[in-house]
Amino acid sequence: MTKTITDVICPFCGTLCDDLEVVVSDDGKQLLEVYNSCVIGTEKFLHSQAKDRVTRPRMHQEDGSWKEVSYDEAVEYTAQMLAKAKKPLMFGWSSTNCEAQSVGNEIAEISKACCDNTAATCHGTTLIAVQDIGLPSCTLGEIKNRADRVVFWGCNPAHAHPRHMSRYSIFPRGFFTGKGQMSRKLIVVDPRCTDTAKMADMHLQVEQGRDYELLDALRVALKGEWLPDVVAGIPAEKIREAADTLKSGRFGIIFFGMGVTQSLSKNHNIDGAIALTKDLNEHTKFSIMPMRGHYNVTGSGEVFAWQFGFPFSVDLTRGFPRYNPGDTSTIDLLTRGELDAMFTIGSDPGAHFPISAVKPIANMPSVCVDPHLTPTSGVSKLHVPVAFNGVECGGNCYRMDNVPIDCRKVVEPPEGMLTDEQFLIKVRDRLKQLKGVA
Amino acid sequence: MTEKITINLISGRTIQQGVAIEGGKEKPLYRTAAGIIELDPEDFKRLGIWKNTNVRVTSPHGNVVVKAMATSQGPHPGVAFIPMGPWANSIIDPNTYSTGMPTFKGVPVTIEAAASEPILLGIELVQKLCGVKTE
Repeated sequence: MTKTITDVICPFCGTLCDDLEVVVSDDGKQLLEVYNSCVIGTEKFLHSQAKDRVTRPRMHQEDGSWKEVSYDEAVEYTAQMLAKAKKPLMFGWSSTNCEAQSVGNEIAEISKACCDNTAATCHGTTLIAVQDIGLPSCTLGEIKNRADRVVFWGCNPAHAHPRHMSRYSIFPRGFFTGKGQMSRKLIVVDPRCTDTAKMADMHLQVEQGRDYELLDALRVALKGEWLPDVVAGIPAEKIREAADTLKSGRFGIIFFGMGVTQSLSKNHNIDGAIALTKDLNEHTKFSIMPMRGHYNVTGSGEVFAWQFGFPFSVDLTRGFPRYNPGDTSTIDLLTRGELDAMFTIGSDPGAHFPISAVKPIANMPSVCVDPHLTPTSGVSKLHVPVAFNGVECGGNCYRMDNVPIDCRKVVEPPEGMLTDEQFLIKVRDRLKQLKGVA
Repeated sequence: MTEKITINLISGRTIQQGVAIEGGKEKPLYRTAAGIIELDPEDFKRLGIWKNTNVRVTSPHGNVVVKAMATSQGPHPGVAFIPMGPWANSIIDPNTYSTGMPTFKGVPVTIEAAASEPILLGIELVQKLCGVKTE
């Protein structure tokens, strides 16, 4: 016999779908089938059952081989590394729950570490812009029920947030949007003709890296002022048409992604997008929302902000939190060679950082806490596999619209494996002994 | 006769890359999904190569061998696309301009045919570039 667990939360992207159904064996030890999730979410659940999964910590040896060690030895190495380091970095946090993040912050405080989450290479520039001029936002539920103008700017949910459009932004029939897709106008701004752009009522194929100019041109068009014939590769006519479409709606939303946060101009692109939202509110109701990637990167920002006062790039080396992106941010710390130990959890900088920021990780004491084999585990001195968060243990997570949702445990982890939080608590307690902290 | 072309590179997510990272980054599927560069038909003509040929992509920050594929989300004149991952990150611009964010999109690169050169697996590539000793 099998059991079906309903209302399961998907721990992949910031959409944090909460309607999955998972079939498990009667003893709760095997995960057999996943329903309702996207192809990526399904793969995440099913990969927890892989036969070749690493289930015990491993140390990288001089000759390049790996030696299996116990969790206690892994805790000892990690605590010693953090105790000895002058400027350790604790990076990641976006694929683990808020409870583990909070324990991590205690460790960071004791070891006077720098700490950062994956916003560093994702929506960090968004957070800078939000601190500059604010963020008029809303929840995904409001969008489902009210939005009749939807803009995807520099993001491609068809690939990165596969169920976002069917659950919230385009297709669902909401309270005031009873005709679903028919009641919405979709505008996509992207230098590529993406699969999202192919669905749009209007695709503005902006010249790559010229988003700021186009955002400004839209603001000019809203004010009815003069425009050059072509801005950022888009004819003035089309810009005016887009501006008219936006202001004729009853409730609009701008979603934006890596296309604006990672291109040149960076945080200033987001400044422009938020200013456009502000201007649109003179005509109708408009909101703006970042398309957050990892399922709990938003939660990590919340926990950092709640405990340290800043959402990412926090430096505790002086014993109190400092925040100065460009100085205390991960990529800059790594490429300047300022760090002497690296602790990674719930992310993969080895695959997703520029290679010049990965090389230093390979040359310092390093710990990678991750259920998968990754480029980061491949260059770290110690790899600590843990239970899959959101599959083999529960915990609190934040959706991209800052709504907290509790993840559910659906299956038992392999025998003897620790969760992120259990491992971090052991490290914290050992570190306290080493540092003589009560 | 094959040519060398200059083009603007961007990186980003694809659903195939998403499935591959959750399915295991040590597997060849990750390379199939992310060890590629998507080009417009025009760019294949300029390069003088067939689709699915290995190419070397070089930027001021490094170089990497990937497979040139016909774009699935085009056309995108003047732009080439490598899915996010170690292959893209071997050549993207690490400069953050004091924002903390590397320039993952908008890196000028050159592309040339490298039909007989191998494309490394994801973990293997990072280990090699970092000089990590492996078995």
